[in-house]
Amino acid sequence: MDFFMKYLLTILIFFPTASIFLLLPINKKNESLLRNLSTFLSLVEFIISYYLFVYFKPDTYKFQFVEKFNWIPSFGASYFLGIDGVSLFLILLTTLLTFVSLLSSYRYIKEHVKEFVILMLLLETFMLGTFAALDILLFYLFWEFMLIPMYFIIGMWGTGRRIYSAVKFVLYTLAGSLIMLFGLIYIFIMHYNQTGNFTFNLLRLYHTNIPAGLQILLFIALFLGFAVKVPIFPFHTWLPDAHTEAPTAGSVILAGVLLKFGVYGFFRFAIPLLPTAALILAPFVIVIGVVGILYGAFVSIVQRDLKRLVAFSSVSHMGFIMLGLFALSAISVNGAVIQLLNHGIDTGALFLFVGMIYERMHTRQIKDLGGIAKKAPILTTLFLISVLASVGLPGLNGFIGEFLILIGSFRYYPVLTIIAASGIIFAAVYLLWMFQRVMFDESATSPHSSEHHAEIFEDMNLREIVTVLPLIILMFLMGFYPAPFLDRIGPTVLHFISMINHHKIVYNAIKIKAGLSNA
Amino acid sequence: MDLKTSIAWLIPLFPLAGWLLWGLFGKYFKGLSGYIASAFIGISFILSVILFFIVAYSHGFTDTLYPWVHAGIFKVGVSAVVDRLSVIMLVMVTGVSTLVHIYSIGYMQGDKGFSRYFSFLNLFVFSMIMLVMSNNLLLLYVFWEAVGFCSYILIGFWYEKKSASDAGKKAFIVNRIGDFGFAVGIFLLFFATKTLNYEKIFSMVPAMPVLTVTIIALLLFAGAVGKSAQFPLHVWLPDAMEGPTPVSALIHAATMVTAGVYMIARFHVLFSYSPTASEVVLIVGTFTAFFAAFIALTQYDIKRIVAYSTVSQLGYMFMAVGIGSYTAGIFHLISHAIFKGLLFLTAGSVMHGLSGELDLRKMGGLYSKMKITAITFIVGGLALSGIPPFSGFFSKDAILADVYNKGFYFAWAVGEITALMTAFYIFRLIFLAFFAESKVDKNLHVHESPKIMTLPMIIMAFFALTIGFIGIPPFNHSIFYNFLHVDFLNVNNFAPIVNNTPWYFLSLISVAAGLIGIYIAYLLYIRKAVDPEKIKSMFKPIYALSYNKVYIDEIYDFLIVKPLLAFFNFLWKVVDIKVIDGAVNGIAGAFAGFSVKARKIQNGMLMSYILTLSIGAVAILFYYFIR
Repeated sequence: MDFFMKYLLTILIFFPTASIFLLLPINKKNESLLRNLSTFLSLVEFIISYYLFVYFKPDTYKFQFVEKFNWIPSFGASYFLGIDGVSLFLILLTTLLTFVSLLSSYRYIKEHVKEFVILMLLLETFMLGTFAALDILLFYLFWEFMLIPMYFIIGMWGTGRRIYSAVKFVLYTLAGSLIMLFGLIYIFIMHYNQTGNFTFNLLRLYHTNIPAGLQILLFIALFLGFAVKVPIFPFHTWLPDAHTEAPTAGSVILAGVLLKFGVYGFFRFAIPLLPTAALILAPFVIVIGVVGILYGAFVSIVQRDLKRLVAFSSVSHMGFIMLGLFALSAISVNGAVIQLLNHGIDTGALFLFVGMIYERMHTRQIKDLGGIAKKAPILTTLFLISVLASVGLPGLNGFIGEFLILIGSFRYYPVLTIIAASGIIFAAVYLLWMFQRVMFDESATSPHSSEHHAEIFEDMNLREIVTVLPLIILMFLMGFYPAPFLDRIGPTVLHFISMINHHKIVYNAIKIKAGLSNA
Repeated sequence: MDLKTSIAWLIPLFPLAGWLLWGLFGKYFKGLSGYIASAFIGISFILSVILFFIVAYSHGFTDTLYPWVHAGIFKVGVSAVVDRLSVIMLVMVTGVSTLVHIYSIGYMQGDKGFSRYFSFLNLFVFSMIMLVMSNNLLLLYVFWEAVGFCSYILIGFWYEKKSASDAGKKAFIVNRIGDFGFAVGIFLLFFATKTLNYEKIFSMVPAMPVLTVTIIALLLFAGAVGKSAQFPLHVWLPDAMEGPTPVSALIHAATMVTAGVYMIARFHVLFSYSPTASEVVLIVGTFTAFFAAFIALTQYDIKRIVAYSTVSQLGYMFMAVGIGSYTAGIFHLISHAIFKGLLFLTAGSVMHGLSGELDLRKMGGLYSKMKITAITFIVGGLALSGIPPFSGFFSKDAILADVYNKGFYFAWAVGEITALMTAFYIFRLIFLAFFAESKVDKNLHVHESPKIMTLPMIIMAFFALTIGFIGIPPFNHSIFYNFLHVDFLNVNNFAPIVNNTPWYFLSLISVAAGLIGIYIAYLLYIRKAVDPEKIKSMFKPIYALSYNKVYIDEIYDFLIVKPLLAFFNFLWKVVDIKVIDGAVNGIAGAFAGFSVKARKIQNGMLMSYILTLSIGAVAILFYYFIR
């Protein structure tokens, strides 16, 4: 038990990789065993991650479950892991959504099942590693490795223009990441120049002194890497393609976890490493965040492809999160972190339902869908709950995050917050309108294409209910009783804010001094 | 937890339990769910009455059930305020709900969504109770939206009908527009006071700058305009009639739509410290009262007539709270809840008897066939027309007298004209439906509704006749006033009384207005002294304006919906696909072109690689030397 607790993070990260060796000897024809075993293993992985939650001490901002070993001493690279209140929940989200995705793929993934489940488990390792790494070299490796399994998942099991979408996704992110890498290495070298030590240790790099002008340039470099992942308008155009063409599991992981890395990157790297630049540039980031909220919502309203609509809604939702994070108030950052989780849960669930509808109707065109509510009451009810969570209906999780973001940001950016808040109107428009057309109205087009399918539309089976049930439960839990989440996120966020405020004071003092000397 | 707080928290618990029970296990209960749901709400009603007497004979209290959202300085609990205002509302909400639940057992008999219906009806009652009991703005906002959601789902209850699902969606979205203002108001209030707790806010309001108070009050009022269907956000309520009629009685007459009035009464400190905001409330209320009554004059759909009437009557309530007469506003809220709930239930009974017919042109002569429905409907109509001793007389006149005596003569005059129009349109409905010659389809078997429906109607009619007497002696000495004004002692008296016109004189005018309205309807539709068609053609443009609901829906569609959709399409098809993605693909294309050339470098000749490497190495060395 001691060993288990001491190396919990390592065990967690590499358990999926290790479990691949269990799957390798299985004959690739034995698809049901492959599916069941991989799903079971991902459930075990989720249970392991639950131990993090149980043993996580909620009253401190300090990193917990820390593991540190020398890796490449001459470069100062180390195997350095640890989590705080923010990465804790992102890790739990990752393990949960991987389980959910594997469970959701029983019907959709029919070919190369073995390759698929192996890639999913491999992806899980890389995602978890990225969230737990506190060494920037280690972080970067995990970060880039993530692209490989995702590339294959979209490219091999996707639909339509899947190769185009997969390549676009990889090139887009890679371009951003390389610029980000340049920025990170530059900071690494500056730290060496100041201290004479090579280190990739993030916590030490936090103390690098970087002049404000240079900080801005470096921030822009890091910004490009993270902004593509978020994605922030106008770096978002890979997302509708990748989401739409990816298989359901791929969309769930993309929306649920991969998009989180952008925001996580800002929270863990860009802002604490370059606080002065973050303070100076925050208003600009917020402006494009708010533009993204409205832009994503507007474009969602006129989408004709169901999945593309949900994809664009992510652009809008992520805009809210960027607003909350860069408003840099304790309330809004708490809201941003909560909303990060909410978005993973709600949008993940929406993609699951879109997948179920697609599997039955073989179309995602909204005009060809309709009349499902009559045939499938369970699907209708659970889908509606997810839609309402995404709309931000109070009592469900989306509301808490949005409300905290807006009420926290209002103090510093009243006008932009009001503009952002109008997004809640448009969210209701595109989601409820979509729901009505897909579930209630009879389809507008030819009877033989869709109504034929609607006639035999079967309701959710037990496996599908089990797939979405954890997400539905979380929607209610986080809506009615968010305390277990907020209590653990709170200290981390408070520390983050006090760090920024400290820099604010220093920065203002410098400005005043400069002002005085000029006078 | 002592006895009174336990009772207070038990009141919402029963409908909450009902929601979960019918929602999850509805199919096992079958027809029983209706009876048990009614019993659950009945228990809540009894508890509300007990709580009412506890509060009436001791004093109000607040209680926190559990801390809810906690982030930074933002701390909000699930907490309740139980004072005289909330217990009155609780008794009304649970009382009307109980009757509507019982009525629904008959009305919804045989519907395949029977349990689903009671599940959402219970969820609505829970949300409404919590809305009334909330002790902070976050909780209020939560249940403010929650009642809106229940309304959405119940309007679209028969979702197979496109008009029903359209109406539900419209209600939700229009309410969201108001709630956007409401939310911004909450942000501003939190920014100004650092709290969302009512008492703390109210204690700070007198010291706040008037401009801030005004802006906050107006933003909160935007939410009320949406929820209480005031102009220009009234458009959802008439369409909401697509839902089952008992839903209209409960949600769209008695409870949810009055939440806006309740909210202003609850925030009377805030509104009374901003005469400007209050004046806006008065103007919007007065205009809406007139405007909606004007539309109701010419409609043929009986439910829509009653719906526009609700919009109009809510306008009266806003007039009252807009001049600081909060007790008068709440009094009319209560009495209207009963007589308008009654009108909807009886309209539902007419529908039930005519197999769903709503068109006045296909009715007539129903009195002899459904006496109970007709008589109870007339009781509701008399109350609505303000004829003594029915409740509407006391409550509406309390408002109009205050409006006059506080010196708002124009608003008063509009109110009197509206009263005349009100009496006309409701008696036009009564005469055409019950007394004019029958135009009912001969094949239709017209029948009176079952007892389970008529009994709640009779009870409501009894209260529509008697509840007004809590308003005597008239005005500021009445039982009701003395009971409730205790909660409104901390107001800023921004609109003092300037006249002392005696109540009987003013009442005489109102009653005369009501009687004239009824008489005109009588002349036109019973005596046929003048052919209504003649009047129609005489005032053709005005008639068309009223009949087409002043074209508001069309105007919104033309000025807002269509241009926005065109703009959004432009954003997607031009900005997103052509400009942004075009640029991205352009860059990618440029790289591809470059790499075709770059491929030549990769020629597989070892020598050229070495050469390139050496040049690179020299360049780097050179750079370091000159640095």
